[in-house]
Amino acid sequence: MDVLFRNVKELVERAENEDKLISEIMIEQEMLITQRSREEIMIQMERNLTVMEEAVEKGLKGVHSVSGLTGGDAVLLQAYIEKGNTLSGALMLDAVSKAVATNEVNAAMGTICATPTAGSAGVVPGTLFAVKNQLNPTREQMIRYLFTSGAFGFVVANNASISGAAGGCQAEVGSAAAMASAAIVEMAGGTPQQSSEAFAITMKNMLGLVCDPVAGLVEVPCVKRNAMGASNAVVAADMALAGVTSRIPCDEVIGAMFEIGQSMPSALKETAKGGLAATPTGKWLESKIFGGSVVGSGR
Amino acid sequence: MKFKSVFDIIGPVMIGPSSSHTAGAARIGRVARDLFGRQPEWAKIHLYGSFAETYKGHSTDVAIVGGLLDYDTDDERIKTSFEEAAEAGMEFEFIPETGHTDHPNTARVVVGDSRSEMSMVGISIGGGKIEITELNGFPLRLSGNHPAILVVHDDRSGCIANVSNCLYKYDINIGHMEVSRRQKGEMALMVIEVDQTVDRAIMDELRQLPNITQVTRIAD
Repeated sequence: MDVLFRNVKELVERAENEDKLISEIMIEQEMLITQRSREEIMIQMERNLTVMEEAVEKGLKGVHSVSGLTGGDAVLLQAYIEKGNTLSGALMLDAVSKAVATNEVNAAMGTICATPTAGSAGVVPGTLFAVKNQLNPTREQMIRYLFTSGAFGFVVANNASISGAAGGCQAEVGSAAAMASAAIVEMAGGTPQQSSEAFAITMKNMLGLVCDPVAGLVEVPCVKRNAMGASNAVVAADMALAGVTSRIPCDEVIGAMFEIGQSMPSALKETAKGGLAATPTGKWLESKIFGGSVVGSGR
Repeated sequence: MKFKSVFDIIGPVMIGPSSSHTAGAARIGRVARDLFGRQPEWAKIHLYGSFAETYKGHSTDVAIVGGLLDYDTDDERIKTSFEEAAEAGMEFEFIPETGHTDHPNTARVVVGDSRSEMSMVGISIGGGKIEITELNGFPLRLSGNHPAILVVHDDRSGCIANVSNCLYKYDINIGHMEVSRRQKGEMALMVIEVDQTVDRAIMDELRQLPNITQVTRIAD
């Protein structure tokens, strides 16, 4: 199958040689592969954007999961921002609270858009709806934010993994955060190369992150990892826009993520057998929620 | 390239909490129903690896049953699929297995009714994307790099020619094809990897061909 890019190097080169945005290369590749019109593709992505907006709104009103492990933190954060004396800044905490809002909705079995997965669905929309207030993008630029994120995610999914069961949390929230930072850079007017630097800087700091969900639920620590993923994305975008570069090229960072995922023990890859899931409190929560036994039919 | 569309990455729109364990699981259930051709009366679902360890927390069970009821990943009824299944008269059982499989998220779905039975193995490879790796004991050897369709047919002469002629008519190139059968003259399978996407109209036309029992898209 013919594609316009197989790795970040090809993606950035094509964008810079043709003087196009990364989002544009992604749109053109989607048209090529699916043989659909630009309009159809843009409409489908706008639908995804609307789902993300609705999830954030719902989460900011306050939701709680069935297990009771997560919910309500997005509301706490917004109330704290309102007071106006945050330490990390209003934009940063806004991104964090909106990422949390999305994942709280996800944990409560609400409707979300996977970006790239459900467990990591908060980072891309959380950062988007926060930087939106500062950069005042058009609706089309907001849709393009998702194509830029998707272009980098496409490379990771095909050259490494976006599955916690296969590569740990670095493959999920790590990928989501790196995708988001690349998209922030484009929206802020940075170059394609700066997007790739932001991606590399974010991913490097997510390497090795394990997937250890308490009771196997996509709640603890997933919701807060989305929060920290969002903050990583914003900081790395600022670093790249300032001209900071990654010594290890983007594609090699993705390669390292894959290798680390391969050598990670299965107890730390979404089996709920290691890490935080295996702590005394993690185990106690599991037995409290599922009554000790997870074997049997039905529920 | 296993992931071909940007919407494999930004998407699907789905009911939470997990793209691989909820949305992917719903898709595995739905493909099983599609291949069976009707709503089964019963289902036995064997779960392996991470599916076996975390299926309750991820609502994998609810999602697979939802898929068997033909619900898409964003169908709100997934949440109440157990009740819906009871109403629809479909019995189900989940069996967590300890055996090792090639992929950590593997489910073997065995479905049936008074007329027939079917067994299928699906894997959830991340972000809601799935692959079908086995049907009724036949391994489906897909590269995963191209769109693929599965054709179940009676083992009669002309079937393979008819299917390939139909694809040729729409300028769809076959990149890889495997044919297999259980016994001479009995059920047979074609797994066809193509270079272009096979749309709904072509799928319908394939279904109308003589001796074809089922046509399903198994990789996009």
